[in-house]
Amino acid sequence: MVGGYAGKFLNIDLSNEKITETRFQNEILRQYIGGRGLGAKILWDRLGSRWEKVDPLDPENLFLALTGPLTGYFHGARICITGKSPQSNGIIGSTVSGEFAIELKCAGWDGVIISGKAKEPVYIFIDNENAQIKSAKHVWQKDSKTTLKILTKEVKEELDKRYVKYGIQKEPGVLYTGPAGDNRVRVAAVEQKWSHAAGYGGYGAVMGSKNLKAIVAKGTGPLPAVSDLEEVERLMGEYEKIAFSGSRDRIRRWGTGYVGYEVGAERSAEPVRNWQEEWHDEKSIGGPKFDFRYWVKRYWGDYGCALTCMKLAVVKAGPYKGAITDNPDYEMEAYLGPNLGIFDAGGIIYLSSLLEDLGYSGINGGNLLAFTTELFERGIMTKNDLGGLEPRWGDIAAQAELAKRIAFRDGKYFDILAEGTYRAALKISELKGINVLPYAVHVKGVEVGAHGTRSDEDYTHDISYACSVQGGDHTSTVRDAYDDMSTVFHDSAVYCAIIAWAGGLKGVDWQFLRAVTGWDTTEEEWKSELSHRIVHIQRAAELLGGPDIRWNPPKDDDNPPRFYEPLPSGPYKGSVTKREVMGSRRREYYDAMGWDENGIPRSEVLNKLNLQDVDKALDKVR
Amino acid sequence: MVCSLRHEKQIWPEASRIRVFMLVPGVEIPHFCAQCKEYYCVKSCPFNALSVNAKTSAVAVDREKCTACGACIRACPGKIPHIHPKEKYVLICDLCDGDPQCVKVCNKAGYNALRVVREPSSVSHSLFARTPEEITRDVAENLFGEKAEELV
Repeated sequence: MVGGYAGKFLNIDLSNEKITETRFQNEILRQYIGGRGLGAKILWDRLGSRWEKVDPLDPENLFLALTGPLTGYFHGARICITGKSPQSNGIIGSTVSGEFAIELKCAGWDGVIISGKAKEPVYIFIDNENAQIKSAKHVWQKDSKTTLKILTKEVKEELDKRYVKYGIQKEPGVLYTGPAGDNRVRVAAVEQKWSHAAGYGGYGAVMGSKNLKAIVAKGTGPLPAVSDLEEVERLMGEYEKIAFSGSRDRIRRWGTGYVGYEVGAERSAEPVRNWQEEWHDEKSIGGPKFDFRYWVKRYWGDYGCALTCMKLAVVKAGPYKGAITDNPDYEMEAYLGPNLGIFDAGGIIYLSSLLEDLGYSGINGGNLLAFTTELFERGIMTKNDLGGLEPRWGDIAAQAELAKRIAFRDGKYFDILAEGTYRAALKISELKGINVLPYAVHVKGVEVGAHGTRSDEDYTHDISYACSVQGGDHTSTVRDAYDDMSTVFHDSAVYCAIIAWAGGLKGVDWQFLRAVTGWDTTEEEWKSELSHRIVHIQRAAELLGGPDIRWNPPKDDDNPPRFYEPLPSGPYKGSVTKREVMGSRRREYYDAMGWDENGIPRSEVLNKLNLQDVDKALDKVR
Repeated sequence: MVCSLRHEKQIWPEASRIRVFMLVPGVEIPHFCAQCKEYYCVKSCPFNALSVNAKTSAVAVDREKCTACGACIRACPGKIPHIHPKEKYVLICDLCDGDPQCVKVCNKAGYNALRVVREPSSVSHSLFARTPEEITRDVAENLFGEKAEELV
């Protein structure tokens, strides 16, 4: 087997309770690697011919949890969750950190491919070579912390019984969803360890649609052997040095939440009150505030991570007592803070903790809460619509209640809101006879990450989200169809990009791939060919969309309307994303990708990459 | 990682002599030999497979003699020894013959959280030999206060 791979994938058909194994040829693995890349390939091969007819929440969709060869070796183990997205109706590769991926690989599996729908709530229990489907009725609709606690205990007790003569075993890894997932809320995440989530894509809802509550894995074997262990160890050392230098050193000490103050105050690129503003000067949510008052652990990392950007935050007194989260990281801080008009550190920890318990993606869910609040503040949605709730900017208790009721689809408007910001906007516009789409801050159904484009001072600009096949995902923004392909690599080799985003690392990722797999894939081959194949498949899936939503570029390869409203406050007051720049940059990007004037991949480009079936399918939208 | 790399030439979490349990998120419990002076494990071994290394005072496992019977696991107050997942012998920290790799890698990486301590043997050492569950309960209360009861 190629280095870094266990060599086989678990195939589980929940409808027929059938468990088999799948292997891929080495050349397929070399081209698509794993995670997002291999996921796109698997989805296309199995569903591509009828893509536009597959409802993401129907049993025939697939739920994939895939590692990559670098998972477990490269600092920051992650697993990539994918499938047909119930947000974009395309393919989104969404990664989540934690030890589940390590356990899965040590159990002898590179990934899990799930199809069908179980008759009743179930979870999958993987014990090395053996996998079984078990009832999850006792944890269905249970919050994340309770679910994790019950399943960890239950499975560990079973393992201790099975392996009594081996002594105590380490706990299993658990990948799970909360009530929002169980109720197929389209902003539901796939979670690990309370606060770690694969948020973009809405794959918690796909789990819910399959009656799948969790996957629990225990592996007692080693990580799959690598091609050149000495070189892997040397490269691991290189990354340890990075963790203690420059911008990464700051993230190691303070987490990404450190910039919760400065992205607003300095860069004017932080969402404030549903992106009506992007500037604030509220020192109450600065890094030290979280550290001194709430952090009980300052260096928290997953297995093998030297960066430890996570911080364990616990509220020990006051109205939010008992709230626990990681950090909160910048995205949670922005989306559950300023974007809801909240500038109270304890309140942000409380809402982060609550949304995680409910199974939300904090970014997508936070965006949805702000969208709802703006409609209420504008008088478009009423107290009556919201069952007596009055969500106003800064009202932490009302936001908490709103989140709970959407997670359980508790009434007509909560049911509508559970469809995510974009779909809810369409429906509310229809019901109210008012166009509320200008208040929906999404790109192709995916709520946008907490980095604005108007001031041009953050890393996100004009086409960053608009032309990305991952929509509003702030971890996969685009630039030039070359350098931006490194994010496709992170998601396909499957490791945490936080440490890789540092300067001075050029080329190390590729050395890492070579040391682990033995392949001689170069950065050039990846960025100009291999990654493009993956992105073209994602693009085709996105353009075919369906059955309820179809995107229409270039109109939909655009920013949310709000990004064209001049910033009303702060040092960049009056700044706006420029439509003419947007237009020309979009054309440049289409050209660089080999897409035609309507953003459709050109036949000659696809044929050259041996993607004839993708080309044929795209005739339906040409 | 480095523990299994040194002893197994692979990254192998369950074959590592130091395992970090995480029964509750955020409550990571490193679990490895507490170097107690009582040597409950050595005394319990029916096959004379365990001995005390004269140089390091660490417990040495004779792989030829060990039958993986588990007597030492039962004897240890912290249930710290565990059987190798694929082989027929028990795993106990041997302090890497006096030059622990875990200490080295921790310092090399810059955390300096571990160091080699040389102190006289003491009855206090065995107080550290506790099961992951026991330690988790204590640490969880320390971190989370009253809330720990719900979480553990």
